[in-house]
Amino acid sequence: MDKQLLLIIFLSSPLLGALIAGLSGRRIGDKASMAVTTGLLFLSCALAWNTFYQVTWGSWSERFTVELLPFINVGDFQSAWSIRVDTLSAVMGIVVTTVSALVHLYSWGYMSDDPDKPRFFAYLSLFTFAMLMLVNAADFMQLFFGWEGVGLASYLLIGFWFKKPTAGAAAIKAFVVNRVGDFGFALGIMTVFWMFHTIRFETLFPLIAAKAGTTWHFAAWNFSALDLAGFFLFIGAMGKSAQFFLHTWLPDAMEGPTPVSALIHAATMVTAGVYMVCLLSPLYEYAPNARGVIILIGAVTSLFAATVGMMQNDIKRVIAYSTCSQLGYMFFAAGVGAYQSAMFHLFTHAFFKALLFLGAGSVIHAMHHEQDMRKMGGLWKYIKITFVAMTIGNIAITGLGIPFVDWGFAGFYSKDSMLGVAFAAGATQPLGYFAWVVGVFVAGLTSYYSWRLAFFTFNGHARWGHDAHDAHGHDDHASHAQVETHGEPDAGHDDHGHGHGDHKPHESPWTMLVPLIVLSIGAIASGFAFVHYFVGSGQEAFWKGAIFTGANNHVLEQSEHLPVWVGLAPLTAAILGLLVAAYVYLWREGLGAKLAARGGPLYTFFYNKWYFDELYQVVFVNGAKALGDVFWKQGDQKTIDGLGPNGVSWLMGQFGKGLGRLQTGYIYTYAFVMLIGVAGLVTFALMAWVR
Amino acid sequence: MMIPILSAITFTPLIGVLVILAMRVFAKPADAEAVKRGSRWVALITTLATLALAIVMMAGFDSANPGFQFNETAPLFAGLNYRMGVDGISVLFVLLTAFLMPICIAASWDSIQDRVAEYMIAFLVLEVTMIGVFCTLDLVLFYSFFEFGLIPMFLIIGIWGGKNKVYAAYKFFLYTLLGSVLMLAAILLMASIAKTTSIPELMNYKFAPGLQIWLWLAFFASFAVKMPMWPVHTWLPDAHVEAPTAGSVILAGILLKMGGYGFLRFSLPMFPHASAVFAPLIFGMSVIAIIYTSLVAFRQTDIKKLIAYSSVAHMGFVTMGIFSGNLLGVQGAVFQMISHGLISGALFLCVGVVYDRMHTREIAFYGGLVNRMPWYAAVFMLFTMGNVGLPATSGFVGEILTMTGAYGAQWGSGTWTALFAATGVILSAVYALTLYRRVVFGEIVNAKLAAITDLNWREVAIFTPLILGTLALGVYPHFVLGVTQAAAERLVDTWRAAAGG
Repeated sequence: MDKQLLLIIFLSSPLLGALIAGLSGRRIGDKASMAVTTGLLFLSCALAWNTFYQVTWGSWSERFTVELLPFINVGDFQSAWSIRVDTLSAVMGIVVTTVSALVHLYSWGYMSDDPDKPRFFAYLSLFTFAMLMLVNAADFMQLFFGWEGVGLASYLLIGFWFKKPTAGAAAIKAFVVNRVGDFGFALGIMTVFWMFHTIRFETLFPLIAAKAGTTWHFAAWNFSALDLAGFFLFIGAMGKSAQFFLHTWLPDAMEGPTPVSALIHAATMVTAGVYMVCLLSPLYEYAPNARGVIILIGAVTSLFAATVGMMQNDIKRVIAYSTCSQLGYMFFAAGVGAYQSAMFHLFTHAFFKALLFLGAGSVIHAMHHEQDMRKMGGLWKYIKITFVAMTIGNIAITGLGIPFVDWGFAGFYSKDSMLGVAFAAGATQPLGYFAWVVGVFVAGLTSYYSWRLAFFTFNGHARWGHDAHDAHGHDDHASHAQVETHGEPDAGHDDHGHGHGDHKPHESPWTMLVPLIVLSIGAIASGFAFVHYFVGSGQEAFWKGAIFTGANNHVLEQSEHLPVWVGLAPLTAAILGLLVAAYVYLWREGLGAKLAARGGPLYTFFYNKWYFDELYQVVFVNGAKALGDVFWKQGDQKTIDGLGPNGVSWLMGQFGKGLGRLQTGYIYTYAFVMLIGVAGLVTFALMAWVR
Repeated sequence: MMIPILSAITFTPLIGVLVILAMRVFAKPADAEAVKRGSRWVALITTLATLALAIVMMAGFDSANPGFQFNETAPLFAGLNYRMGVDGISVLFVLLTAFLMPICIAASWDSIQDRVAEYMIAFLVLEVTMIGVFCTLDLVLFYSFFEFGLIPMFLIIGIWGGKNKVYAAYKFFLYTLLGSVLMLAAILLMASIAKTTSIPELMNYKFAPGLQIWLWLAFFASFAVKMPMWPVHTWLPDAHVEAPTAGSVILAGILLKMGGYGFLRFSLPMFPHASAVFAPLIFGMSVIAIIYTSLVAFRQTDIKKLIAYSSVAHMGFVTMGIFSGNLLGVQGAVFQMISHGLISGALFLCVGVVYDRMHTREIAFYGGLVNRMPWYAAVFMLFTMGNVGLPATSGFVGEILTMTGAYGAQWGSGTWTALFAATGVILSAVYALTLYRRVVFGEIVNAKLAAITDLNWREVAIFTPLILGTLALGVYPHFVLGVTQAAAERLVDTWRAAAGG
């Protein structure tokens, strides 16, 4: 078949599925809607792998773009609905469709009790379509379409259980915080447009070098042109990828069903920011200050999210903060100029993080929709496959491997690569060392919270069932401002009361286990199978120019020749973290609860997420409300109306009863008076003019 | 001989008026029901016929020609002339008006039970004046249509409106009067100086720069009230709240656009110098409108008032785009007006759906509607997203183009304007999604909502064209941009040449 047609099918089949399930789901029934969406997604996935194969080893090695339809075209502002094919989009294509197809399959089991299945599958497919539009965009307008389209799908899916007030609030929060990012993104697009008079990547990229070192006037100041554009665009990435300052929506997004968290809030959508920075590497290579900001924000995010994640008790929130933290890694890797490393971690992370989330979903399913780890424990006996899968995921994320032999699970390769480039970049960009130090430390924290999650959930004594309830009552230490809802609505489980009754935890059905197994393979193999291509000696042949590396940027090669201790540091940190977690949650079981109950200042600070939500509530939410009230009541009603129409009416009242009655008279009077007045004026004027 | 298509479109609704009048006059009191039914059908058929004519006109329109087409001229009395003609900018407003009218008639089908014949007559007369405004090429004729249109609107609010209709109509009247008087004075002055009232001739007439300032201000007074721009916007929320649903649709969909159209047709081409001088003022007022009214919208407790305030914010993008002085801004402004006509019209219809069932617009009354009204929830979601400016709805195109246009404005304050206007994309999400959540999401707690019913076939038929329009323009904006291109280009070029920029 002709490649254009293949690409169109690849891109449009998720949309088709979404339309069928969304518009006629009630008529064709649950099974048919699920089958159609899942089937089309697997088709799309197969075609994505075909594209990846063709681009990497086959005959599509030249980058190309298929234009489908014009989009917004005004003067130089030219955009089109199109499919851009290069290594970057091909890599993203397989990540998105593979995880999405598996999540569709998984949802057959996970959502089996839900009464709204067609809607759920329609949203999932809609999301996949928007994400594919994003990664295959050839200009900023389609990129923006995908960007906001995934935001819409995320909003719809977070609020999927619309009866829960917390879900509605979380959905709005996600959309609005993302909009703050889009505010910067839009300004970035405008800046790029007026700087280069184009928004098409292909035309834009060759023009960038000429603008290096020039200044750009924005508002009242002169900025370094490319840094300004890069900075604005990065604000968009911060929103979408939940980076420090704009991260607050991601943990709350866990209100959505768990398959959604795996697909959107771990593997794909939240990585869009990283993808965008890599895609715009031709710009960022000439924007060193913007990259400095990226390093800083990335490193701080990785640290912040890890500290918070260590303290959470909701199994999904731990993984959510972990995602946030790992995205921080990707950003500082991109910031030091190793876009390849960032993409590599994006790729491996998609597998093991989706695995962890789906594993957590399997745990939650087993526990009849309980998410609080304090009410779990000792589960490994009951759900062995889930246990093994999550252990694999944990080994992968904590970057465990065998040094000197250089073999490990996925994260071992990608995390090492990111830390290596950060260290290598330190020679020219001091922030590189900063990122490296933070990154190594956070590797330890990552290991701690990941294994804490595993031990807390799967090992130790069972803290569920009848006799386990009085063992711990430490809810009181938490700030009540924190919104934590444990449990998802379980339509089919009403007879259980709130989950965990007499029923033993049960292993999940095969539809949920197959995705776990497939992703486990990815979490094991995606590192060593692809390290050569993404960041190794084969990288140039692999990327084929889809990522631009400046002439003075050699961090990737330099990272191959670092002192041995640099390479060993993250592994050491990870092992330390593992040991601490084991000490606190295995060998001295209950110590964690005691420490939490004591509630030291650092614990409280981390547990409450550095008080960001409280701060934002006071400053932004209450601020907007207060301003709105002032504008409305003082501005509109008192000042404008008071001086305007009401003032005039008052004045008229002073002229006496006869006129005063007019204000309360009939509308006809007004119309009539006006008509006469106008007619009189016109007549007068016409007579004057004709004469 | 060519058929005078513009006159045909403009005055076809009068045929409907005559038929309804005849029914009224000749019907016996016992036939009151039949007259009601008959008036509805006559109005619907007339507006559909007008729409058909508008489509014929559109098909014959030459988009490549930047000038006026379908010109008609006939001498009237006392040296006045009847002149009609449309260019790429006005032709779309004619189509939009003709498109929205049948929807309004259908939306009033069940909800208006009192004085149906008069109601339909008022709408048909309103249609004549609105289309007339966009078609005419004569200043005096323009003024007559522009002002005469207010009377049916007054009546629609005043007779079929809500509790506070008198106050609303009074406010509307005061504001409008202020603008009208000044504009009339300016028109008379222009006519006496240029010795013509032909709009194309006046476009080529070069008024002295000092005089332009005064003329511009006089027109501005009228158009700013119509848009409405901050701070002369406070009549709009009241008028909307009191107006019946269809009245709101027309008010937001068409009447507000007359202000923007006026800027494009008069202010820019006839007073280029003054337009350049005042552009920073407009920018300031636009961003204040965007931020200020968005925040006010956020705090509203009445659904209609919230949407009305959001209209003011969206019109801020329009004025900003018009005065940006480049093609992006002007094209974006026209696009934004057309798009807003569809989206805000649809949003007011969404309010009408629940108002017809529950007779209240209090946000707090509702909640959990999705449980009983899934299709309504979907439709409302689509238009909420349009209001928020999500890409692939028409709302996005206008916003991004006007902001980009303002960013590149040559008057100096462009980047500031874009910076502040861009916060509007955050604020619109805040108020629109909060509204949606409070009305649609959650459980049904109000027992009165327990039996509320989803959209009926008539409502589905009303929303379908609006849904298709919003999505079609969002995905393929060329439908509009292709038509406005040539005229907008010429407008911008001549303005910049004349303003010496």
